[in-house]
Amino acid sequence: MSEATANKYSPKDFKSDQEIRWCPGCGNHAIINAVQKALAELGIPKEKVAFISGIGCSSRFPYYMATYGFHGIHGRATVIATGVKIANPELSVWQITGDGDALAIGGNHFIHIVRRNVDINIILFNNEIYGLTKGQYSPTSKKGIVTKTSPFGSIEEPFSVGELVIGAKGKFFARTIDANVTLSTQIYIEATKHKGTSVIEVLQNCVIFNDGVHDTIATKDVRDDRTLILKHGQPMIFGKDNDKGLVLEGLKLKVVKLGENGYSEKEILVHDAYEANPGIHYMLANMRYPEYPVALGIIRSVDGPTYEESVAEQIRSVQKKATIKCMDDLLNNGSTWKVE
Amino acid sequence: MGKRSKVIVREEVVIRFSGDSGDGMQLTGTLFSDTAALFGNDLSTFPDYPAEIRAPQGTVGGVSGFQVHVGHSEIYTPGDYADVLVAMNPAAVKANAKWIKPGGTIIFDKDNFTEKNIEKAGYEKDPISEEKLDHYNIIDAPISSMVKEALKDFGLDPKSVLRTKNMFALGMVYWLFNRKLDYTEKYFEKKFQKKPRMAEANKITLRAGYYYAETIEALNPVYKILPAENAKGTYRNICGNVATAWGFIAAAEKADLKLFIGSYPITPASGILEELAARKDLGVISFQAEDEIAGICTALGASFAGNLAITSTSGPGLALKSEAIGLAVMTELPLVIVDVQRAGPSTGLPTKTEQSDLMQALYGRNGECPVVVIASSTPSDCFDFAFEASRIALEHMTPVLLLSDSYLANGTEPWRIPEMKDLPEINPPFADRNDIPFMPYKRDDEKLVRSWAIPGIPGLEHRIGGLEKTARGKVSYEPENHELMVSLRAEKVQKIENEIPDIVVHGSDSGDLLVVGWGGSYGYLITAVRELQAEGYKISFVNFNYINPLPKNVKDVFRKFKKIVVCELNLGQFANYLRIKYPEFMYDQLNKVQGHPFTIDEIKEKCIKMLEGK
Repeated sequence: MSEATANKYSPKDFKSDQEIRWCPGCGNHAIINAVQKALAELGIPKEKVAFISGIGCSSRFPYYMATYGFHGIHGRATVIATGVKIANPELSVWQITGDGDALAIGGNHFIHIVRRNVDINIILFNNEIYGLTKGQYSPTSKKGIVTKTSPFGSIEEPFSVGELVIGAKGKFFARTIDANVTLSTQIYIEATKHKGTSVIEVLQNCVIFNDGVHDTIATKDVRDDRTLILKHGQPMIFGKDNDKGLVLEGLKLKVVKLGENGYSEKEILVHDAYEANPGIHYMLANMRYPEYPVALGIIRSVDGPTYEESVAEQIRSVQKKATIKCMDDLLNNGSTWKVE
Repeated sequence: MGKRSKVIVREEVVIRFSGDSGDGMQLTGTLFSDTAALFGNDLSTFPDYPAEIRAPQGTVGGVSGFQVHVGHSEIYTPGDYADVLVAMNPAAVKANAKWIKPGGTIIFDKDNFTEKNIEKAGYEKDPISEEKLDHYNIIDAPISSMVKEALKDFGLDPKSVLRTKNMFALGMVYWLFNRKLDYTEKYFEKKFQKKPRMAEANKITLRAGYYYAETIEALNPVYKILPAENAKGTYRNICGNVATAWGFIAAAEKADLKLFIGSYPITPASGILEELAARKDLGVISFQAEDEIAGICTALGASFAGNLAITSTSGPGLALKSEAIGLAVMTELPLVIVDVQRAGPSTGLPTKTEQSDLMQALYGRNGECPVVVIASSTPSDCFDFAFEASRIALEHMTPVLLLSDSYLANGTEPWRIPEMKDLPEINPPFADRNDIPFMPYKRDDEKLVRSWAIPGIPGLEHRIGGLEKTARGKVSYEPENHELMVSLRAEKVQKIENEIPDIVVHGSDSGDLLVVGWGGSYGYLITAVRELQAEGYKISFVNFNYINPLPKNVKDVFRKFKKIVVCELNLGQFANYLRIKYPEFMYDQLNKVQGHPFTIDEIKEKCIKMLEGK
């Protein structure tokens, strides 16, 4: 990345001249700030960056970035981004999507990009509601939620993003909260360095249609006790006073208090984001309050061949042995005859 | 090999190989066609197979056929009626009886005409007499038992032995038409490189069939078709799907761009994706998507990133791609969508041909959403129109819908191979690196085409998308701006009429009747019209390849004829389109939706009726 270090960027270099039109107080403002900070820190030249989105409030994102951008159609950002990355692997490709865009109408593409491991960052804004269509339940809405299309309460079981990613053979999954710009920035940087599909679930607040959806874990006064920020190689300790931790008891995770019942830091699980076996990652991604703290940070980060590298590699290896080098060769290859 | 009592030179002959879908009829027909092509005959082929991979054995629904029309002179169609039918079972007789020329030859496998099979095919006792074919040249060869006999000391299992029986039939047909076996034998050696025993077994069976036909003098006299007097050059046989795929590779090479295809398998279009997937030697990037929408959207992403991007499909898939075609229209990115039409609606007759996606191609999207629509008309010109579709897409920054059909996709004909140096250059309107700030929707004055800024170029960063924008690329909800942009996009497509060729009249440029066709029914229509011209009628023919925009001389051509008949394999979609575009003319129609192309006879009958004022 010699070129990258040569470029000195500040977050405002990534701001476009379009006026941001998200509602005042929307979590998206903090998310775009964190992304711009991460890009400035990464120092990738802005002409080498492409933001691709679908439809939804979050999907206006590319218009506000001074990079290349493509605002697509509902649910299809994943596949537009796949095409961009395969066609031009030099680009740093980011997909901006929401819970409806990625997991409802785009659910099929979502599992397939994760399975293929195309090297892009997917930032999934999860506010558990449809905002742009003004307040209907989404595939991540909690069962029982009352919305315009579920006036008697939703009867659907929600998706858990992390569970879906791991189920689709995902190699990178992280979670953050919109307002936590520092943590988000770090995650975006790591996700960009990771080769392969990186899914980042951002717990995002919709001030208009689902205000306070993540408040039980996300507000300042409770977040330390109700979330666990995972760091690779570090013990899974959390709490305002760093007095709680996770242990494995039988086949389940369990929250324990340090200094009680003989538990000390030694017994606490140490996070290994690079472990290929997804067992613990799956359990961590699925932790829900109040039984557990909600896991934040990079939950899983495993290396594997990327799709676009495999495409290029296969073409290279076929071309090395090929006797057909150009179209004229192909046209005249095989059974032909001459008329004099 | 062998002596012949008498050889008759024929202008043309139609042969139909027919059997259970597991009997290897497609291969048998292909080997015969290739042998004829290498000999220098002109030819046209038509494979006709069931939708089920292995439909119930012995039933009419499971019959797979391959028809080849071989001739000395210009052959435009696979022919209506067969001179020779090879029927591997009674069901094949049932499926084809009405397609044999009176007095034609029928070769069948006597061993397969068991009571059970006869009943399965829907006959009582004797298919030949029940079909009133007794006076035909019937060759009831005990193919299965002779194959078993020929290979009895060969040590193959009975199943593998019987699998070669199609080659016995092929050997017989080679004798009938005085053909050499060397091409087919070489094919066995290549195909069974790792199983030389199988290669040998197939050779033995092929020769056994040949000698059997000679021994019984299966046909007296034997037919010979002289090589065609084709223009000088190098030739090969090609089917529409491969020609389409190759046209795209040629266009990418001319434009100096990488070729990307994003597609989902669908009959009868899969051949395009398969051929391009095999062309990694030429650097083609092929992406088998999870669905039709992913196919077109990855292609659109690749187009944004600077590739020549293609997606291929058939009617139902085109329906799924509609929204993304709208996005391509809105973002003004180059993209070619191939629709290999099949009989619809819905799943319809998935392996049969039709031209019924025209309205979908022209109008099947939300909003005012014009795309360029062009259609191929023969298996080999699929190459030319794939190339042309790519050229238009790239030079005019627009999606282009290329219509092919099942009949063109699978049909083959000899093709004079072009040289790359003779194909036109392709010059996409790449953005000037100094054009800062880059305005994505700024247009050139002449063609109204925007320029193409490929991500990666410093200073040209820009955002495009499905929302309406100003020339500068800003999202705009202004009513006047929307109306302006809608008009500009339409005008941009319309202006392409300035660089497409005039429609060509086959025959005199005035007369009593003008036959109008489009796309894949060209071969049938021109054959019928030529015959009528020879019979003295004042009839001419035009075939449309450019459908939106239409060539500029259409009115001048139409007005010189007393009557116009539009012939197409649908209920009148092109006729209705012409009624919108040129309402001053009266259009009669000839339509057919049976999953099969027209026959020459039904075209002639309709034309004669109109010509004689009935």
